[in-house]
Amino acid sequence: MEEELVVVENIEKSFPGVRALSDVSISLKKAEIRCLAGENGSGKSTLIKVISGIYKPEKGLITIEGEQYKSLHPIEAIRHGIQVIYQDLSLFPNLTVAENLALNSYLGNNKKFLKWKDVKEIASSALSKINVEIDLNRIVGSLTVADKQLVAISRALLNNAKIVIMDEPTTALTQKEVDSLFKIILNLKEMGISTLFVSHKLREVIEISEEITILRNGRKVAEGSIDQFDEPKIVYHMTGREVGAERYNYVPQGDKPPALSVQNYSSNAHFEDVNFDIHSGEIVGITGLLGSGRTELALSLFGIHQHDSGNVLVDGKEVSINSINDAVNSGIAYVPEDRLSEGLFLQQSIARNTYVSILDRLQNKLGFVDFLKADSTVENWIDNLSIATPSKDIPVSSLSGGNQQRVVLARWLATAAKILILNGPTVGVDIGSKEEIHNKLRDLARDGLAVVIISDDIPEIVQNCNRIFVMHKGKIVERLVGSRTHENEIVAILKKLK
Amino acid sequence: MKISASDNMLKRFRHEFIILAIIVALSIIIGSINSQFYSIGNIYSLLKSTVIMGLFALGSFLVLVSGDIDISFTAIGAFCMYVTSKLVLLIIPGAGIVVIMLVAGLIGILLGFINAVFISLLKMPGLIVTLGTGSMIRGFLLTFIGVRIINKLPDSMIAFSKITFLHKAQANGHIVGLSIGFVVFIAFAILIYLILKYTVTGRAVYALGGDRVATARVGFNITKVQFFIYGTVGFLSGLAGVTHSSFMRNGNPFDLVGTELSVIAAVVLGGTSITGGKGSVFGAVLGVFLLVLINNSLIMVGIPSYWQRAVVGIIILLSTGSVALQERRSQGV
Repeated sequence: MEEELVVVENIEKSFPGVRALSDVSISLKKAEIRCLAGENGSGKSTLIKVISGIYKPEKGLITIEGEQYKSLHPIEAIRHGIQVIYQDLSLFPNLTVAENLALNSYLGNNKKFLKWKDVKEIASSALSKINVEIDLNRIVGSLTVADKQLVAISRALLNNAKIVIMDEPTTALTQKEVDSLFKIILNLKEMGISTLFVSHKLREVIEISEEITILRNGRKVAEGSIDQFDEPKIVYHMTGREVGAERYNYVPQGDKPPALSVQNYSSNAHFEDVNFDIHSGEIVGITGLLGSGRTELALSLFGIHQHDSGNVLVDGKEVSINSINDAVNSGIAYVPEDRLSEGLFLQQSIARNTYVSILDRLQNKLGFVDFLKADSTVENWIDNLSIATPSKDIPVSSLSGGNQQRVVLARWLATAAKILILNGPTVGVDIGSKEEIHNKLRDLARDGLAVVIISDDIPEIVQNCNRIFVMHKGKIVERLVGSRTHENEIVAILKKLK
Repeated sequence: MKISASDNMLKRFRHEFIILAIIVALSIIIGSINSQFYSIGNIYSLLKSTVIMGLFALGSFLVLVSGDIDISFTAIGAFCMYVTSKLVLLIIPGAGIVVIMLVAGLIGILLGFINAVFISLLKMPGLIVTLGTGSMIRGFLLTFIGVRIINKLPDSMIAFSKITFLHKAQANGHIVGLSIGFVVFIAFAILIYLILKYTVTGRAVYALGGDRVATARVGFNITKVQFFIYGTVGFLSGLAGVTHSSFMRNGNPFDLVGTELSVIAAVVLGGTSITGGKGSVFGAVLGVFLLVLINNSLIMVGIPSYWQRAVVGIIILLSTGSVALQERRSQGV
């Protein structure tokens, strides 16, 4: 009964200067859920692209449904039922759900004219395959990420998919949405469709997959049934070293006023009567479901959103924050959720990205920027945060996700902030870098910074925060002590809030 | 959370309704101040004035929906008009208007393909390419083909400008009719609408404007789509050029160029997104009507012609601004 749908053997693939894959083999059975795990740059994406026919390997053999190929053409891969759901989903934001779903089959059948009745029919049958209901006339751009993903999955199934490859499908999803995605993957399994699930969120990997293949530096380092693996073991194979899971310990220092004190803080419709104190040296985690108001709270403390009432005290002194400038001058720094679109000037150099926040402080008497001082500041931070780069003058876009995140950190730390608020600090960052960023945050806290981490990543919060707030509908509904809290407790609380 | 179909329609064509409302309101105001505005002669003449801008606008609309911008179409129009007139006079002076239009359209398609080569094969931005080709085509026309105004056009072109129908008697006893050119414009508007709505290539134009990478991944042949777009722009520009010289009863190589920004303004006024993917033919046509109404009728109520440009600008800002504001509000920002 167990037939191998795809067998990929001894694949070699190089790019100028890099060997992306060496001697990698992977196979997928009918109705199997396999996870492909590995850090950024481990060769996951390259392998996917080899299987889907976008890259031609130098060596190796691909066998699909008994047919052998040295390399595949994308059309051949599609004909064999291989469908990739890319991280960006590749949907048309300006077209309706119906059209997004139906266009593929029109192209596939080489039709020239559309019948709008057929378009609707194709689309509704596609959605019913995975038992979801989305208004067919909605413009895709107005859907939530989760709904967009459902549209992308339905579209893949329309092309008689036998294997669905999902590239980091859960990155932008909330816990609840991840759960329903998993239901769909299991549903696919019942329909006899295999899933290759690419992720570096280990909790999810263990929850959904049956088999796992782990890549590191372009080589397969481990493979087997998921029962033989646990989180530390997967991390070990992915990074090649033991990653500590030690919790953060906060030792209160004297009786200084809190670094940040928020009192009766309210904003119409977003959050209500929020109260908390954070001392320097503390790392406080805030979590909650989507729409809990946590991001709005952070944006308002950083002066991007307005608040309606309440006070903010920094080091015991009341400050009024009505603009980003006010926040920066009061010593509050904010690292946004989406560093690519909100946080960085991707085409600009590391140096410029770093000192942009302190340009006014780098002025000399004539009002010109003191570049010597700027450069030394930047080099200091590159050193301090161990940003891996050959030079401070290369564009940020050429850095890895983890290093990009460090540049954002450097920028805000350069402002001599006393309070650092991070929104999803390690989203899209691989495990090795994640740990380094966590360690850095701990070091910074020990040196006297007050850190607030807003995150969906429960293990991240539990491990690194000495206090944890759960927000719901704009209020802090639960305050937990980090060292006494188990991940499952928070998961249970969040489940109840749904 | 369900949105009813009529709600959806209203939302999707919100911009078009606003423009329609402005047109109606302006007509009422102008008509109440100067009743001449409602005379059939004036209405026919207004409709005739939409033809040239309208044909250009249809092409420009296609390019904008695909997420690019073309500013060479007026130069193409002038080139087609002048070269076709010269060719026809030289070789087949008795050619019918359909032949002349086809020749001009064909030259236009070829020039449009030059744009497509740069934009599609070399992946250059349309603004830069057409800035270059527009200037090149115009320079080539004036340097090598001629600067002299052709005063004696082929007979069929003159005859074309005289074809009218729906004849009505005005108060002063004059019989007036609607120009055939208007029919040509509306016919092409309907054709473009049908192509965009009911052909896979037409949907590809929207898809391209929505997300270029996704368009390629789904399996559209982007090169083919872009050759279709710029070829069509060329064809419509050729048609517009010939119609223009037929209306003017002469062939002036200096005409048309310089009006491209008004044309693009009309299309944007009609709700077409400058970043691509959004817009309707109906909106583009309304945009042309509104712009022509402003350009030709404000003078009837004593507003000096310099003011017309300011009014156009204000209406663009107000109409697109109101839509943007509503969108922001509906997203709760």
